[in-house]
Amino acid sequence: MKVRKRSIALGIYYFLLLLPIYWMLNMSLRTNASILATFSLFPTDFTLENYIKIFTDASWYMGYVNAIIYVGMNTVISLTVALPAAYAFSRYQFVGDKQMFFWLLTNRMAPAAVFALPFFQLYSSVGLLDTHIAVALAHCLFNVPLSVWILEGFMSGVPREIDETAFIDGYSLPRFFITIFIPLIKAGVGVTAFFCFMFSWVELLLARTLTVTNAKPISAIMTRTISATGLDYGLLAAAGILTILPGALVIWFVRNYMAKGFALGRV
Amino acid sequence: MARIELSKIAHSYHPNPAEPADYALKRIHTVWKDGGAYALLGPSGCGKTTLLNIISGLVTPSRGQVLYDDRDVTPLPPEKRNIAQVFQFPVLYDTMSVYNNLAFPLRNRKMSDARIKERVLEVADSLDLTPFLNKKAAGLAADAKQKISLGRGLVRSDVAAILFDEPLTVIDPQMKWELRRKLKEIHEQLKLTFIYVTHDQTEALTFADQVAVMFEGEIVQLGSPQDLFENPEHRFVGYFIGSPGMNFLKCTIEGASAHIDGAGCIELAPEIAEKGRKADGKLEIGIRPMYLKIHTRWTKGMLKAGVKGVEDLGSYRIVTLDVAGRTLKAMLSESEAVPEGTVGVSFPRQWIRLFEDGWLIK
Amino acid sequence: MEKWPDNKAWLLVLPVFVIVAFSAIIPLLTVINYSVQDIFGPGQSVFVGVDWFREMLQDYRLREALWRQFLFSGLVLIIEIPLGVLIALAMPKRGWKASAALVTLALPLLIPWNTIGTIWIIFTRPDIGLLGAVINNLLGIPFDHTASPLDAWITVMLMEVWHWTPLVALLAYSGLRAIPEAYYQAARIDGASAWSTFLYVQLPKMRGVLTIAFLLRFMDSFLIYAEPFVLTGGGPGNSTTFLSLYLVKIALLQFDLGPGAAFSLIYFIIVLLFSFIFYQALQRVGKGETV
Repeated sequence: MKVRKRSIALGIYYFLLLLPIYWMLNMSLRTNASILATFSLFPTDFTLENYIKIFTDASWYMGYVNAIIYVGMNTVISLTVALPAAYAFSRYQFVGDKQMFFWLLTNRMAPAAVFALPFFQLYSSVGLLDTHIAVALAHCLFNVPLSVWILEGFMSGVPREIDETAFIDGYSLPRFFITIFIPLIKAGVGVTAFFCFMFSWVELLLARTLTVTNAKPISAIMTRTISATGLDYGLLAAAGILTILPGALVIWFVRNYMAKGFALGRV
Repeated sequence: MARIELSKIAHSYHPNPAEPADYALKRIHTVWKDGGAYALLGPSGCGKTTLLNIISGLVTPSRGQVLYDDRDVTPLPPEKRNIAQVFQFPVLYDTMSVYNNLAFPLRNRKMSDARIKERVLEVADSLDLTPFLNKKAAGLAADAKQKISLGRGLVRSDVAAILFDEPLTVIDPQMKWELRRKLKEIHEQLKLTFIYVTHDQTEALTFADQVAVMFEGEIVQLGSPQDLFENPEHRFVGYFIGSPGMNFLKCTIEGASAHIDGAGCIELAPEIAEKGRKADGKLEIGIRPMYLKIHTRWTKGMLKAGVKGVEDLGSYRIVTLDVAGRTLKAMLSESEAVPEGTVGVSFPRQWIRLFEDGWLIK
Repeated sequence: MEKWPDNKAWLLVLPVFVIVAFSAIIPLLTVINYSVQDIFGPGQSVFVGVDWFREMLQDYRLREALWRQFLFSGLVLIIEIPLGVLIALAMPKRGWKASAALVTLALPLLIPWNTIGTIWIIFTRPDIGLLGAVINNLLGIPFDHTASPLDAWITVMLMEVWHWTPLVALLAYSGLRAIPEAYYQAARIDGASAWSTFLYVQLPKMRGVLTIAFLLRFMDSFLIYAEPFVLTGGGPGNSTTFLSLYLVKIALLQFDLGPGAAFSLIYFIIVLLFSFIFYQALQRVGKGETV
């Protein structure tokens, strides 16, 4: 009886969770005229017009391409630099290790708004403004510390006897790391990649500040549309739905590791 | 305190078990006497933990009944069964002090504070936990933690039996011995029924008066350590108990002797040979390594064997012999000469056991 | 486990240090530099010491925004942490249902923050939004987050709880999954009620993940920008102008670099300070010696 009550409550929560997303999906499948004319729980005059417009207009679809490019770059950079660093934190004791770890984490606490303007100036002074790499680098500010944090948790779960045995067997550190160690923590690498993807994908303020046209992400294009036309809800909803899809896809691939990745962080 | 009877228990984790392989427990029918010290011994995956959980009520068996003093408790949850269990890893309430850990089961049963205090102090004293009572349980060593787990069972004066699920796994070797002695002491003091699950035969044989050996979901033998050693009822018991395990050789019975294909004949006790002749299953003779006799010269009634290797284990040696392609292990005391080359092996009649399809012919 | 002492490990950390320092230290120095100068234009500036800090600390709008921010973050923590734990307790434990529940739960976390705002603009509009329409027309209560500050707050809170409670639930869920089955079995044998089991087994074992959840939710709610920016733009009036929104208004829209920079630093220090205090406090809760 108690179990039933519990699943009903959970069912209600999930219903409420999905409702706003469903509502946007509903809007995205209707024309703007129809949305404003009649209130309906279902797409009455079903149309794919909004989606077609996004997929055929370069100023729209390039927004997705740009976002995917810098998110991908950020994920690769974050993992590449975080893997050796996390190994160092989990295996070695060195001067300033704790301070370094804490300093890394403080960067996650910096308001993006604090850095928006200096970032703009920094990247324009080195000529990187409006490039994908600029956004990817800026997002490293919070993704690299996070990656080090998660990966360190996974790595500490691997017994050090494995390293020792490999070194005795004559493996060099890089060879051991790439051929033995990384395969051992591939679940952790997957989870970390997921988090990098997620935080880079959802961030807007820095991405918008650092881009003008060439690298502008879809999320920024959407805000522009609100202020400019402000009216085409169907199109806006379709663009919104399309921003959810990549995330939903990624999450499906790491679903089995997700719960684990959260649990292993060290506090 | 209670006598525990398992009546025709079978259990499967499959929703619709079809074949015997689907069953974690095939057919368990046995009685655990009140106040006994029992061990459940078997390799991993033989179903011993499942059986333990059925006794405690954490698992409800697919079939059969669990009786405590003839009262059917099969449908009852663990909290209604007056049972306590000590797990493989110390299970404690980390945020509580040792005192509160011990008091927890009593508080849940709404006992008065004064009575709780009395019980807790008593149990803490017999487990040597008194100095730690006000410490946090989380900070203690593994053996102290296991004693607290045990203590949570002991505080309940009505407890029928205490179940142990490989409780010494995480304990340091020297503390293992200490803790095992403590368990025996507590058992003698309180005369509670103890059921102790382990895969370590030394642990089982030193702790228990009666050992149940489990194999593939069945209890193949329940007996005293000596019984298990001398009269294994199943070839698995012979093989699992003792180090090295019993030697087995396929044979056929001709007259009064066992004929080993390509190796020769071994004379049997007449009544055993008689029973063997009537059996129609697959026959094997079995003998413990320590009873085999090695002779430098082969004579009639022995098997011819080649010495393949000798392992020196300090107080005794283990000799590996080759008998027409089959391997035998023999145990020699230090004083005996180390054999070499071709030797004769004799089988003292009173130690030869005959097995039909794996089961002892009595 | 003793770690190997070896300062060469710094070589492994160096790339991280360089890449984070590039994005953290240079901009931070820039901000500090601005905060002590009055800038008229390129190359024209005067050193003004701590004037901007004094001015910002006396700015009543900043103080209002700060109290607003504390109220907001406080409400967020009070609502989201218990709700997230409840959801985690009710979620299926294994099988395809558990996978489906996890994936669905994480969905709001993967939506770009301004899309979140967009979703809620649409959802709460009285004419075309489901929630707005239900409240206004079906229940007959006038509800408009563009006109009433209270309605705006309710909408922003709803959005925030909808958006971020899943993170708390995911963390709590992973904490719960990490508890070995034996703990539940022992609690049953000891006759513990569901409530005692929660209090003495589940909650203590979730301490680590809940600390992370608490800190992350505090930091991120304290830094919230994009969602209210899209949804309410800080209005009506200044009723939903949280710290980040006010900062952007000063630094980017009015282009007051000096005050903006001073504000940034004050802001950063507040977040750091509170995160540190919370962290220490939560650590102590778990480690008290006697009971």
